Amino acid sequence: MKCLVLVEHEGGHLKDATLSAVTAASKLGEVHLLVAGQGVGAVANAAAKIAGVGKVHVADDAAYGHALAENVAPLAASLMAHHDAFVVPSTTTGKNVAPRVAALLDVMQISDILSVEGEDTFTRPIYAGNAIATVKSSDSKKVITVRGTAFEKAAAEGGSGTVEAVSAAGDQGLSSFVGAEIAASERPELTSAKIIVSAAVGASRAAVDAGYAPNDYQVGQTGKIVAPEVYIAIGISGAIQHLAGMKDSKLIVAINKDEDAPIFQVADLGLVGDLFKLVPELTEKL
Amino acid sequence: MKLLVPVKRVIDYNVKPRVKADGTGVDLANVKMSMNPFDEIAVEEAIRLKEKGVATEIVAVSIGPAKAQETLRTALAMGADRAILVTTDDAVEPLAVAKILAAIAKEEEPGMVILGKQAIDDDSNQTGQMLAALLGWAQGTFASKVEVDGEAVNVTREVDGGLETLRLKLPAIVTTDLRLNEPRYASLPNIMKAKSKPLAQKTPADYGVDTAPRLQTLSVREPSKREAGVKVNSVDELIDHLRTVGVIG
Repeated sequence: MKCLVLVEHEGGHLKDATLSAVTAASKLGEVHLLVAGQGVGAVANAAAKIAGVGKVHVADDAAYGHALAENVAPLAASLMAHHDAFVVPSTTTGKNVAPRVAALLDVMQISDILSVEGEDTFTRPIYAGNAIATVKSSDSKKVITVRGTAFEKAAAEGGSGTVEAVSAAGDQGLSSFVGAEIAASERPELTSAKIIVSAAVGASRAAVDAGYAPNDYQVGQTGKIVAPEVYIAIGISGAIQHLAGMKDSKLIVAINKDEDAPIFQVADLGLVGDLFKLVPELTEKL
Repeated sequence: MKLLVPVKRVIDYNVKPRVKADGTGVDLANVKMSMNPFDEIAVEEAIRLKEKGVATEIVAVSIGPAKAQETLRTALAMGADRAILVTTDDAVEPLAVAKILAAIAKEEEPGMVILGKQAIDDDSNQTGQMLAALLGWAQGTFASKVEVDGEAVNVTREVDGGLETLRLKLPAIVTTDLRLNEPRYASLPNIMKAKSKPLAQKTPADYGVDTAPRLQTLSVREPSKREAGVKVNSVDELIDHLRTVGVIG
């Protein structure tokens, strides 16, 4: 099976979400990549070095500068004439583009896969991760989005893919980029952080709604899915939507004054008590 | 302009879903059902656009069992003007839903279709994007702000790194994210009034759409549980444990 993986990139850098999607695709067959963007030569060269990658198709054109779904989808759909599966990271960019490609190909997308069970069989979370469905696709071509935390990252070095330019499909004239407010931060992006400290004043839905934290720090069913080495939940009760976003973390530490809080059902280490006393004590002793 | 607002009847967001013992799905017998929360936000946004004088008519659509009529009545009570119910007892996948909605959009010719970014049952996050593809329209997904400006609409989107604003040619598809607005509750007089608002009954066959599923669900199981953890009694004990597992030096 020939897979086409959509490369996620930003500011001339390849993003880690791509590497997890490459691993998922490699379980299906040959891995080829699509880099769409403007001035993406460096990204294409980096992509060719990912272990196990074959061809890297590069569409370098102003029409792809901001990953507009209206422009990227027809390009991907035309390349799918020579591929059997379109494999896309479950990022906001991937989730925006993939279903548009699926509809152009008349294919029912398989969203957010957790595992590859066979060439047409996958597992995926439903009901905010409260259930895991095993689904089998009858479509001859597959369109798949990949939950990054469920697959190891492919090695970023060691591959020797060949870079091949593809002609742009042009600007569809439907949409244009106006502007962005991207949080400039020294902190790593949440989904690639090794340790995440999540406090009630930091990341629950109510806190975000009350304006306490920027939305890109939010964890849960409809926000970020994270699986860091250590996840420290401070004063977080653990609503099911929040648990859906972090329960695959390697080690979960919870501090909460309510000993019946649902967070303790998933925590490896729990400490019951007042966070306003315990957290200063903890930071002091560390 | 006319607005089309598709809504889905799903398990209520406060209910903890239970997997059936035979592994065929999630048990929905005697479970409270409600409008998908993201669709509620879509209905609210449509009403606000009508209140601002941007929209003239709001048509709510639902595809599902006869009981989805209740979901449409909720939309009508909130402020939609009329409703279309496409009745089917089969589970209809996003691709087929998008095809039915595309057929309805061709008949109704709305200026925008506003719908939830995902349904909280199957968590697919596909229908809006698929509908945009089938109609050849622009799409503004995961919207936190919608501003109609002449022949275009500016949509601010919640993306991984923060926010992004796109300008879309109308007609367009908008899918809603949680921060777009806070939906209103329907007042009692409006709930009464909604009962006499027009509701057209259709079937998928009326739109020539084959709803046969492309994905077969082989089994549904509970997620693997994390093993029971340890409760510690003090900060010192917590630090000891963290040292033992090598998290801190």
